[in-house]
Amino acid sequence: MSTLYDKIWDRHLVHQEEGKPALIYIDLHLIHEVTSPQAFEGLRLAGRSLRRPDRTFATIDHAIPTINRNLPFKDPIAAQQVATLRDNCREFGVKLYDLDRVEQGIIHVFGPEQGLTHPGMTIVCGDSHTSTHGAFGALAFGIGTSEVEHVFATQCLQQARSKNFRINVEGELPFGVTAKDVILGIINQIGMGGATGHVIEYTGSAIRGLSMEGRMTVCNMSIEGGARAGLIAPDETTFEYLKGRPFAPKGEAWEKAVDDWSGLATDEDAAFDKFAEIDANSLEPFVTWGTSPDMSVKITGAVPELSDARDSGEASSFERMYEYMGLEPATPIEKIGIDRAFIGSCTNARIEDLRAAAKVAKGYKVSSGVNAMVVPGSMQIKQQAEEEGIAEILTDAGFEWRDAGCSMCLAMNEDVLAPGERCASTSNRNFEGRQGRGGRTHLVSPTMAAAAAIAGHFVDVRDWKFKS
Amino acid sequence: MDKFVTFRGTVAPLFRANIDTDQIIPKQFLTRIERTGYGAFLFNDWRFNPDGSKKADFVLNDDRFSGASILVAGPNFGCGSSREHAAWSILDHGFKVVIAPSFGDIFYSNSLKNGLLPIRLDNFLVEELAARAEGSAALQLTIDLEDRLVSDDKGRLAAFEIDDFRRYCLINGLDDIGLTLQHEDRISAFEAKMGR
Ligand code: SF4
Repeated sequence: MSTLYDKIWDRHLVHQEEGKPALIYIDLHLIHEVTSPQAFEGLRLAGRSLRRPDRTFATIDHAIPTINRNLPFKDPIAAQQVATLRDNCREFGVKLYDLDRVEQGIIHVFGPEQGLTHPGMTIVCGDSHTSTHGAFGALAFGIGTSEVEHVFATQCLQQARSKNFRINVEGELPFGVTAKDVILGIINQIGMGGATGHVIEYTGSAIRGLSMEGRMTVCNMSIEGGARAGLIAPDETTFEYLKGRPFAPKGEAWEKAVDDWSGLATDEDAAFDKFAEIDANSLEPFVTWGTSPDMSVKITGAVPELSDARDSGEASSFERMYEYMGLEPATPIEKIGIDRAFIGSCTNARIEDLRAAAKVAKGYKVSSGVNAMVVPGSMQIKQQAEEEGIAEILTDAGFEWRDAGCSMCLAMNEDVLAPGERCASTSNRNFEGRQGRGGRTHLVSPTMAAAAAIAGHFVDVRDWKFKS
Repeated sequence: MDKFVTFRGTVAPLFRANIDTDQIIPKQFLTRIERTGYGAFLFNDWRFNPDGSKKADFVLNDDRFSGASILVAGPNFGCGSSREHAAWSILDHGFKVVIAPSFGDIFYSNSLKNGLLPIRLDNFLVEELAARAEGSAALQLTIDLEDRLVSDDKGRLAAFEIDDFRRYCLINGLDDIGLTLQHEDRISAFEAKMGR
């Protein structure tokens, strides 16, 4: 009796010795400009070659500007980093989807979109949100730069086996409640380190009911609960999404693959080390108020009071967070005004997210005091949104319409919050300074971000008057 | 990688929960392509004002802790992104050990690969160490990796757990890639079996 995680693990086990970490094979290695240069350098210094360039794919996302990309970058160090990736890819024979390609985008949007991500694969990237790819039933996790070098040289990783954590989300998501709210609700329940040392498998009717985009949003933030990876067993929704994509198997190979993938599920009696149950029917839109992703409340709620803290340690974190976030305890969430809205990131910048935001924005204008920005997850999504008329709805409403990249999710480029600015953001981390030193981030879904941009403060999207 | 030898050092206390890698090394320093020199940016936004002057109330700006080589931190230390720059900056600043009740998984593994020893101890012990370090006299600890012991000048304080293999690699300064490449024939056989 084994779990989906166990099955993928066993399929990739190259070698295991008593008392040592296992050696597992890596099917797909995704790289970007920030965490790869030191790994290439290490390879070069040791005189080693890159074992499987055919299993290695690169794009550029973290440090690049999202406007005027054809001009020289303002940041010379970022420009050098991008140039270094280009040189390294050329030298070692890695396929690079550069800024002039329509496929270019955030690495975790790019992989699935190109059909590189398949069920049952092992996938790594020097980036913690590699967990996104788990939505396809692939074992996908973030690694450090030393491990990037290790995969370059050996196509394997030394890994200790993780424990199994099942999170079952049963029921039907109420109107206005999205995949983002599901994962914010889960992290709120299990806590930020709640899944440390574990791989989460998400199960239940609410998860089954999600689109691939929604499943990716959920798996993306597994790391915010501390998990090594998140997994959702593949099904018809998965196959439907993958079929016909550039790197998906074709013809007879497709039939064979689907046959194989269909068997990738946890056995009925398989044991999990940990279990949590979420009632989908009781979920509401969530807004984070503090500086860790588990510090969220329902939109109808208020900033918690000190007396709500579970212990003295949490109380002292609350005090730090009130101060950093500039919030008084007991402030109703709907009373919190915003200066910026950011719709983007590998959590929520896929076509479905942009469609949802446009539905809210249609016929409205962004509040006069708010600067709102939409950054599609890939250039292909950008193009599709323009063809569907979504871009026009958003720009008519006053949203800025940018080129693909990580942008203000981590603010390595010039898309940055000023100190004290408050932002409704569809990204995944609200850490201090994440979106700019002194910037205040509230994590929400795309519809909640769009509604807040228009209202100028957080509002309950379930009461929104849609204009069609 | 440097070999990890048993040593004695001063403790710097930073007992906050969920210290994430964005705090350890803010993203504006990630555009560099080198592996070294990150110590100057460790905890940048906590350590320095926007004009570059030092914040008086931050522990690493306190002269008592200037030569500290053991960092004592709160639970879930190093959570967040996979940036190995976090481990590099801590090492480059002069720390050899981080003691905390728990660590983010990726940070934990990144640390070991760079010769930085992450030690998990019970929450109350860590809190107590932090409190003692805050006290007037500098707290010195001895870390014995061979016997997995943390001691102060009066003697043994706690035993810690670490995977045998990881400990062996740290003590001997072994390179993971070299070890894996010893299994080249197994990797090739695996690739042949899966057909590509
Ligand atoms: S969008 Fe944000 S979380 Fe995703 S890869 Fe880029 S920086 Fe990381």
